Amino acid sequence: MMTFLNGLLRLRRGPWEVLATIIIALGVFMLMQPFVLWGFTYSFITTLVGTVMFIIVSHFGEDE
Amino acid sequence: MTDSLANQAAQATPPRVARKIRGFSDRAIAWIFVAPTIFLLLAINIFPLIWTIQLSFTNFKANRLNREPEFIGLRNYERILTDSDIWLNMQATAHFLFWTITLQVLIGFALAWLIHRNFKGSNFWTTVIVLPMMLSPAVVGNFWKFLYQPQIGLFNYIVTFFTGGEASSFEMLGSVNLAPWSIVIVDTWMWTPFVMLICLAGLRSIPDYIYEAAEVDRASKLRQFFTITIPMVLPFLMLAVLFRGIENFKMFDLVVQLTGGGPGSTTELTSINLKREAFEKWRTGYASAYAIILFVTVFGLASIYVKALNKVKER
Repeated sequence: MMTFLNGLLRLRRGPWEVLATIIIALGVFMLMQPFVLWGFTYSFITTLVGTVMFIIVSHFGEDE
Repeated sequence: MTDSLANQAAQATPPRVARKIRGFSDRAIAWIFVAPTIFLLLAINIFPLIWTIQLSFTNFKANRLNREPEFIGLRNYERILTDSDIWLNMQATAHFLFWTITLQVLIGFALAWLIHRNFKGSNFWTTVIVLPMMLSPAVVGNFWKFLYQPQIGLFNYIVTFFTGGEASSFEMLGSVNLAPWSIVIVDTWMWTPFVMLICLAGLRSIPDYIYEAAEVDRASKLRQFFTITIPMVLPFLMLAVLFRGIENFKMFDLVVQLTGGGPGSTTELTSINLKREAFEKWRTGYASAYAIILFVTVFGLASIYVKALNKVKER
């Protein structure tokens, strides 16, 4: 966990990609879940943020 | 040989053209070759995408070309993302995605595991299993429609042969409860071989010496399966899941042929709903916003897919 947080602080690609992937997966889940309508409403913005974040962080430096 | 061919090609070039080309740098020649592809990419992919984004902020209707479209901001997105009918379509898509992927992974992995044992005739059975994947989805949709016929269809006959009762007592495509399962069955039948092939590639990439070392350490077959086979095939499985997930999210042809989205809208997946909004109701601006929402979702999934692919390559 500490390695992950350190990676985030040092703007390393690996942990940021993991974070972006989690946000995308959350957005897709919110889009298709049958439980709450507000989840569906905010799914698009969540997926969009995750996807844009993924594009940006994939240009960060590799893990050492 | 190559030299003489190059000379022949140089001689065959008309002097006027040769003179012109001689003035270009290598970089310029590379751009000349790449330019048609870039132009096509811009014309076919990038321009329509940008135009769709622009249309998604308007109330444009493609069947009323003489009416000036109005800029309505994010209203289309707001309408879509608060519409409970579209939410239901998303749930139908989720049901289809979840069950097709689960069944395809379980059956595909089991089949790959069996085929990997190299029994007599395994190559023949691999070919037989892979056949459905090679058919056109439209053809598959049409012939499964016949198989699902309650009176003459083979599917009802086989089910009632085991369960008893009348073959015409249930209708797979006409029943609200069974229709979502009917499309799951057909997609699983068609695409399980694809997952099987990916799993087979994963199983064949595991070196024998790892199992031999485990045997020396007296690891049981079950232990070997859970500590060697599953972890080493997992990246391949993930790849199959993501690939099938993206493909099934866009599923259109097979379901249109089978059920046309019915009965009611129980099998109306998002792509079918989108087509209705765009080309039956002609709400082009609204459909553009809908398409952008689906595009961002698929693009997000594709990003994860590329990451998983790179992980497999690293191995």
